[in-house]
Amino acid sequence: MSAYGIASQLLEVVIALLAAPLLSGWVNQCRAWLQNKTAPSVWQLYRMLRKLFHKESVVALNASPIFRATPYIVFGCMTLASAIIPTLSTELPLAPAADAIALVGLFAIARVFISLAAMDTGTAFGTFGARREMLMGFLAEPALLMTLFTASLITQSTSLTTIINTLAHRDLTIYPSLAFAGIAFVMVSLAENARIPVDNPSTHLELTMIHEALILEYSGRHLALMEWAASLKLFAYSCIGLAIFFPWGLTEMHSPVALLLAVPTLLLKLAAGGAALALIETFSAKMRIFRVPEFLATAFLLGVIGMLVFLLLGS
Amino acid sequence: MPEVISQTINLFASVLLIVAFAMLSQRRILSLIHLFTLQGVALVASTALVGYVTRQPHLYFSAALTFLLKVIVIPFLLHRLINRLNVKWDTETLINIPALMLIGIVLVIFAFNLALPISKFSTSIARGTLGIALACVLLSLMMMITRSKAIPQVIGFLSMENALFFAATSAVYGMPMVVELGIALDVLIGILILGVFLFQIREQFDSLDIAHLERLKED
Repeated sequence: MSAYGIASQLLEVVIALLAAPLLSGWVNQCRAWLQNKTAPSVWQLYRMLRKLFHKESVVALNASPIFRATPYIVFGCMTLASAIIPTLSTELPLAPAADAIALVGLFAIARVFISLAAMDTGTAFGTFGARREMLMGFLAEPALLMTLFTASLITQSTSLTTIINTLAHRDLTIYPSLAFAGIAFVMVSLAENARIPVDNPSTHLELTMIHEALILEYSGRHLALMEWAASLKLFAYSCIGLAIFFPWGLTEMHSPVALLLAVPTLLLKLAAGGAALALIETFSAKMRIFRVPEFLATAFLLGVIGMLVFLLLGS
Repeated sequence: MPEVISQTINLFASVLLIVAFAMLSQRRILSLIHLFTLQGVALVASTALVGYVTRQPHLYFSAALTFLLKVIVIPFLLHRLINRLNVKWDTETLINIPALMLIGIVLVIFAFNLALPISKFSTSIARGTLGIALACVLLSLMMMITRSKAIPQVIGFLSMENALFFAATSAVYGMPMVVELGIALDVLIGILILGVFLFQIREQFDSLDIAHLERLKED
């Protein structure tokens, strides 16, 4: 473990923490532009986080310790997830700690705790949000795994750094299997991050919401951590997608200057990805909740087909 | 360079497979026609590419024929048909869609296994895609089986023909010109006849649900 490795790891975590709310703000901004609305400033989420951190946290009388611990657990999971995804450099001391499967596991831990906390206070909305979240989770996780396995099959490894190193250093080859995996990944990320075809991130209408129903009982710093974790999750998914499907721009050389040069590349890629997400959200309408299993089954299927196509064509 | 071109052919084959699945899960007839057009475009592109790599001019000709017929004429006829019949709305499939998708995966595995030994004997540049072509044939067949309305069945039939055409291109560089022209004419005539047939069905039963055809029994 070199000083360079530690530095790149630290830089990555700090950038993830700082840039995640910016990414969410940017997506909102793009969406507002596309819909001819006046957008809130891209810094809006930072202001909200600051306001919430200064507010008192109200906890229900009958809430168990799980309810209090959950924001910290979820925030920790998302931070660790963004730390093990190679975004700037592939030399990360933390990366051997978790491979692609463990990454999906990290998201699963966060999901389980969010659902438990939502049911903890015994409110109707929390419970029903938790049920919907688990329904989506059990369909989305296999699909996400299949997507990552397609990349693993191509590169013969489940370690994220190896996958991305191999993909970044190949000759120009077109992998049809990765095209399948890419579409599946986009569908899963839309579902997992509560974006529009599945959940509307800007709604507070009780009967349609999933993400908002889960965090309805939280306030103050707990709510701030939950919101921050949600934007970190979006950041982490964007980074996995960009790293697997567009693995260019990571640093090769072990120099601090190259590391710093990788930052603007990453931000540019994220900006493009966020704009694409806003475009998808503008073009699609929210689907009925009963259509969501169909949507995610399609994603799972595309992931499986990607693997099969790789086995058939060898590319 | 041939490496990249053969990968591009594989990519178009994958587009065909994706479109076949999209058709399977699509409820709207209008979107089905758009998907069918897209399938035609992918077919034209891959045929032209195979023709370019193998320097077989007759493949260009068949690509042009496919373009004219399956990208322009047939979608136009289908659009006119659904406008005249006034059926644009959703149609439910007989089996629910997630189950359809899972059956689809099984079909794809079956087709890929079936094609592996065959494609070993082929020397074609696109031999790997034979499995995809077979899978598309099976998926289109399943689409025909699981729809109760007549128009999606017609589209399933046409996309099955597309897949067969692709299988011919990928295994043996296309069929002889006479056969190809014959099939093209058959498909065109088939569409016209089916169009007339659909009007007759609707006139008789006030619906395009072909389950009504069972009432035609004599006894």
